[in-house]
Amino acid sequence: MSTRKPNDYKSNVKPIWCPGCGDFAVLNAMMRAFAELDWNHEDIVVASGIGCSSRFPAFLKTYGFHGVHGRALPLATGIKLGNPALHVIAVGGDGDGFSIGGGHFPHAARRNIPLPYVMMDNSIYGMTKGQPSPTSLPGLRVKASPYGSLEPPLNPLVMSLAAQATFVARAFSGELKQLIAILIEALQHPGFAFVQVLSPCVTYNTNYTYDYYRKLTAPLPEEHDTSDWLSAMRWASDPQKQYLGIFYRDTSRPNLIEQMEQVRQSVPAMSLEQIVDSFRR
Amino acid sequence: MTEPSPTVVVRVGGEGGEGTITLGDTFARIAARAGLEAYSFRTYPAEIKGGQVMYQTRLGVERVLSEGDEAHVVVAMNDKAWSECNEDLCRSSTLIYEASLTLHNPLGKNYPIPAEQIAQELDWPMGKNFVLLGAMVWFFRLGLETAESVVQKRMGRRADSLAKNLEAMRRGYTYASEHYPEPFEYTLPLPENPEERLLLTGADALALGALVAGCNFFAGYPITPATTVMESLAKYLPAFGGTFIQAEDEIASIIMLAGASFAGRRALTATSGPGFSLMIEALGMASMTETPLVVINVQRAGPSTGLPTRTGQGDLFISLYGSHGDAPRFVLAPDSVKDCYYQMINAFSLAEHYQMPVVVLSDQAMASRLETVPPPGPLWSEQLQRLIPTLEELAAGDYRRYANTQTGISPMALPGTPGGMYVAESLEHNEYGNPSSNPENHQKMMEKRARTVETARQRMRDWPMAARRWGDKDAPYGIIGWGSTRGAVREAMAILAEQGIAIEALYPHTLLPMPDPAFEDFIKSKKAILAVDLNFSGQFGRMVAHRYYKTLDEQDVHVYYLKKEQGIPFKIREVQAEVLKMIEQEKGRLS
Repeated sequence: MSTRKPNDYKSNVKPIWCPGCGDFAVLNAMMRAFAELDWNHEDIVVASGIGCSSRFPAFLKTYGFHGVHGRALPLATGIKLGNPALHVIAVGGDGDGFSIGGGHFPHAARRNIPLPYVMMDNSIYGMTKGQPSPTSLPGLRVKASPYGSLEPPLNPLVMSLAAQATFVARAFSGELKQLIAILIEALQHPGFAFVQVLSPCVTYNTNYTYDYYRKLTAPLPEEHDTSDWLSAMRWASDPQKQYLGIFYRDTSRPNLIEQMEQVRQSVPAMSLEQIVDSFRR
Repeated sequence: MTEPSPTVVVRVGGEGGEGTITLGDTFARIAARAGLEAYSFRTYPAEIKGGQVMYQTRLGVERVLSEGDEAHVVVAMNDKAWSECNEDLCRSSTLIYEASLTLHNPLGKNYPIPAEQIAQELDWPMGKNFVLLGAMVWFFRLGLETAESVVQKRMGRRADSLAKNLEAMRRGYTYASEHYPEPFEYTLPLPENPEERLLLTGADALALGALVAGCNFFAGYPITPATTVMESLAKYLPAFGGTFIQAEDEIASIIMLAGASFAGRRALTATSGPGFSLMIEALGMASMTETPLVVINVQRAGPSTGLPTRTGQGDLFISLYGSHGDAPRFVLAPDSVKDCYYQMINAFSLAEHYQMPVVVLSDQAMASRLETVPPPGPLWSEQLQRLIPTLEELAAGDYRRYANTQTGISPMALPGTPGGMYVAESLEHNEYGNPSSNPENHQKMMEKRARTVETARQRMRDWPMAARRWGDKDAPYGIIGWGSTRGAVREAMAILAEQGIAIEALYPHTLLPMPDPAFEDFIKSKKAILAVDLNFSGQFGRMVAHRYYKTLDEQDVHVYYLKKEQGIPFKIREVQAEVLKMIEQEKGRLS
């Protein structure tokens, strides 16, 4: 049984989020998952970029790195490679992850760097007070798109599957129990685990409310086999519904840390003296 | 005044892809093995394959300081190798050339070698360069056995081509020795007991220095001319239990460094101008979060994509000042291949101890040239470590990651350590690392971070080689410069000294912080100073003039600027001419 309580992981910094923000549920779920797994505070590192949800690390009594905009994944990758024994978690929002930081996502996925990436997706830029994000539907009318936004949204799940992520899931801030269950699975996954959390912004995105998401979402059908990549692609690309649950899971592919260790084992050890000698004239 | 030791400049030119670089590089290695000192310089085109390439090696009996101005011997594999050479004071050069070319130097000696024909007779047309190599081994009397052992070491892995290349080289050697048995004008005497030497490129020296400094993490992205540093560490780090990763871009590279360093690693990347520009935001982040990391910038000519394969020193300002806000950092400037090695050890000392990003400025010419250097001796600089709180200190509670200490250095807990939990915060933060926009706190934390550099400046007063001085201490005229311009400057000084002109040079190895006592002292001893910059605007000279304007003014010391932005290093004569010009202009004032 767990000896730690969820609130033990809470820092004394008060979240800056607006009342009702979906990110509170993610923070709570994360602390519940930590407690469930009974992880030591000091072994956890939460890395993030910039945005409302990227403030996450400050609210936890763990190690953390609040870096620059869009760089949560290379930051978390560096920490994990730096000390693979740590539980490293990357968090952030849809703008941070798929717009400014979009170039990093497919590489973290294809490397299979063993860390979960929790994306709190509210389809809006909240910290800058409401601009269209890479997951906003077209036609969004805000100050930066007074005549309606033009671009179609990216599909984060399809992207992560295409980039060979070995764990792909979607959760919703309004479904706390399922969110906790998915996080517990993702935190223990031995490879790159992508979790999209539909996390409503109650201040700047009045279209995507809790009710809207409730109508839009449905549990993944039970017949779906999480080892079936094509089936995962199909459910992930459904034009009508945003299904919730674990879409895909592959624990057989070696992760980047294991592969690097294999290389180290296979390379004959060299001493500095040997290297210097190899340069003698 | 003793006669300067003789040197010979040998320039090999030809089409990229026909073995020109292999010819130049292997010749330099054979000469070094035979006991001579070598110093090479290469240009290579931006084309992926092909284009005109040139590999120049200056050989000497004693240490060689620069690539030299004029070629004594030109080895031409094609017409351009000679035609493009004419402007470069090659008119009286001895010409060794592929016999099928219609080349002739009326002002020098001519040695046609039917390399193509010999290679074809051997059914090995690719071996043309090795036929010429064999001829060169004869002309310089380097010894066929020595040459064979070098070729075997370099190409031993490719057994089939090795045998053919060796045969081509022997045939070239035999041809030249039979047709040109007379003494060759530029043969240097081979030392009987050659000194112990390593044959290193600047890139090799940077990688070696990093390993000695305990570097155990490298993330990088390919970019000319820094890629060779990355490739060295890709090879060595896994063998040392370290971690190497090729990142998806330069932003990811430096961010990964920050992450790995946060987790306790000694982290390095190597890049060039465009990549460095991309890293600037993260450099500021490393400064704000007080995260140690080392960035090598192998400068190439800019701006923008610029001249990717050519050299320059145009990245001084971005290294000193790049990044929004005032973001403290260190900037180091090795000035020779050997110094590349030592400055890497310094770089890690400064990064780790002061928890700040360190930029090491090299350049294309220095990184890609091959040089004979003495094996590294005992380290002259102390190796400093990161300040990490003990478990007892952390158990006492109230851990402040960014404690506002007198030195500016705060103990840095590593993840995994109980009691040390904190957030490395890119927002302005208080001593605990919690975000804070309090005005007084911001001022206080800005001062704290800046203080680390001042603390380092104090400590470096005792570092014997934070700056180097050469020449006549009493000379009224001085030269200041940084990085790889040192060779041409020192040789120009030697020529001036022969002409009876006293001069002294000062080369700092740390550009941030500047070694102020050394500069103040130098300025006070001079009447006029020439600031040498291989960039368009004279960045170093302007920085010095700005920093020491008061001393310069009070002492009435004039600053002159020697600037060049052509993608190629300074010639010795360019420095010499500019010094004479300065003296001419100063004449009236000094009498």
